[in-house]
Amino acid sequence: MMIDVCIFSTSLNFLLDPLSHEFMRRALMVSALVGGVCGLLSCYLTLKGWALMGDAVSHAVMPGVVVAYALGLPFSIGAFVFGVGSVALIGFVKQKSRIKEDTVIGLVFTGFFALGIVLVSKIKSNIDLMHILFGSPLGISVSDVRHTLAISAIVVSLLFIFRRDLMLYCFDPTHAQSIGINTIFLHYLLLSVLSLSAVVGLQTVGIILVVAMLITPGATAYLLTDRFDRMTFLAILSSSLSSVIGVYISFWFDIETGGSIVLVQTFLFLIAFLFAPRYGIFKVRKSPS
Amino acid sequence: MINSARFANQNDPLRIEAKEICVDYNGTVALYDASLNLGSGCICGLVGMNGAGKSTLFKALMGFVRPSRGTICINGVSVRRAQKDQAVAYVPQNEGVDCSFPVSVWDVVMMGRYGSMNLLRMPRESDRQAVFHALERVELVELQERPISALSGGQRKRAFLARAIAQRASVLLLDEPFAGVDVRTEKLMSDLFLQFKNEGRTILISTHDLSHVRDFCDLVVLINKTVLAYGETSKVFTQENIINTFGGMPPNLLSGPTTTEGYR
Repeated sequence: MMIDVCIFSTSLNFLLDPLSHEFMRRALMVSALVGGVCGLLSCYLTLKGWALMGDAVSHAVMPGVVVAYALGLPFSIGAFVFGVGSVALIGFVKQKSRIKEDTVIGLVFTGFFALGIVLVSKIKSNIDLMHILFGSPLGISVSDVRHTLAISAIVVSLLFIFRRDLMLYCFDPTHAQSIGINTIFLHYLLLSVLSLSAVVGLQTVGIILVVAMLITPGATAYLLTDRFDRMTFLAILSSSLSSVIGVYISFWFDIETGGSIVLVQTFLFLIAFLFAPRYGIFKVRKSPS
Repeated sequence: MINSARFANQNDPLRIEAKEICVDYNGTVALYDASLNLGSGCICGLVGMNGAGKSTLFKALMGFVRPSRGTICINGVSVRRAQKDQAVAYVPQNEGVDCSFPVSVWDVVMMGRYGSMNLLRMPRESDRQAVFHALERVELVELQERPISALSGGQRKRAFLARAIAQRASVLLLDEPFAGVDVRTEKLMSDLFLQFKNEGRTILISTHDLSHVRDFCDLVVLINKTVLAYGETSKVFTQENIINTFGGMPPNLLSGPTTTEGYR
């Protein structure tokens, strides 16, 4: 009995101790929020088959972030310009040459990414390359928090207002267009939201791993349900949970936060992959008919 | 003659009116001088080889491609306006949609109502009734909660037909509706098409399956980069016209689908 209580209070301390640090409270809050936002978006990206596009845009925002920093503008503006710009460029090169789309995507985003790295090394400032590449939720500043909150609010409200249209656009763009829904607008809306999410994701897991935040939760949720609304809920839940657990693990074992968050996400995916009721390898329930 | 035609127009506006339309994709001509008038309440087969311009004509009617020349009117208004009026519904081929998408039959049919809803697409009671009524007509009420991934090919086809019904479209464009459906669905669909016709809807069926054209379509359009001929099936659907349509290859009229790709 005593031992039980002891273990309970030790584990409680284990959870509560980190919260006595201001930076940990901030990191947990921001990571959970960013996780939720990226988790919501990940549903659309995985269903639309835009994983590669997510990877491309999240890398292509890098020079935008650096330029914005150098000019003293908000990160999001630079990211937005370069994110959408990279996709426009991908479309242009694809249309004007005989090169296949996936090659063009790879080509453009690595080019942008390289430009970003060169710019960071050239522009003498206190931007830390490692922070952009790998994220640093434990060192996030108050202004960054405010910034993240603002972008998250924009992203979530856009995704909420257009959630049905975007779902229809992912499912059956032909029908969407034939009933007078502007699919070009939806296409660019999704891209803009993707660029903005890449900026907030960058704060917690860094540019290299942000694509994981943008696809893994959606993939996990997709294995667990056949209903779209439930899928978004599960994606947000698993993503936020991964962020919180990841930050704790990073604190306890003193490891890179971005890596630990993404590893938790991957672990959750693996569980769904193996044990999902209907679509897991070891089906727990038989599918109907 | 001209007067009587105009009179007929006023009483009975043409569902589809295409005047000498040309469509090209970056210089490659897909359709030229294609003209087509279809009144209300008819079932019309659209017959041609792969690449003959069937899907281009569909795209032009739905407003996805703008003809470089010629005009298209649906119910007497522009295609753009017809989109807003929810006038045209496209029923895709089964391969044309992602069947593992996490939506239920009910959700799919509700998508037919989106164009009539507000920005947030919140269904009203009338939308729910329209969906339920559409499900009744295709006999899918019991399966309304099923994810579309758990449906058979025929059931899926019926779900998309129900979407067009819920949309209250007056022009239905169907892509290979009889491909891969069970006998029950085929019977149900042919009954539905007759009902649609009596309700004044116009159905355009794109198909390779010539036997179905004989059985279901009162009109037929033969197409090969342009409209070669169209009119009553009994008059237009002649061996000679069909051979012309298929580029000199006489297709087997009894065994339905023809493969002419190798001879293009």
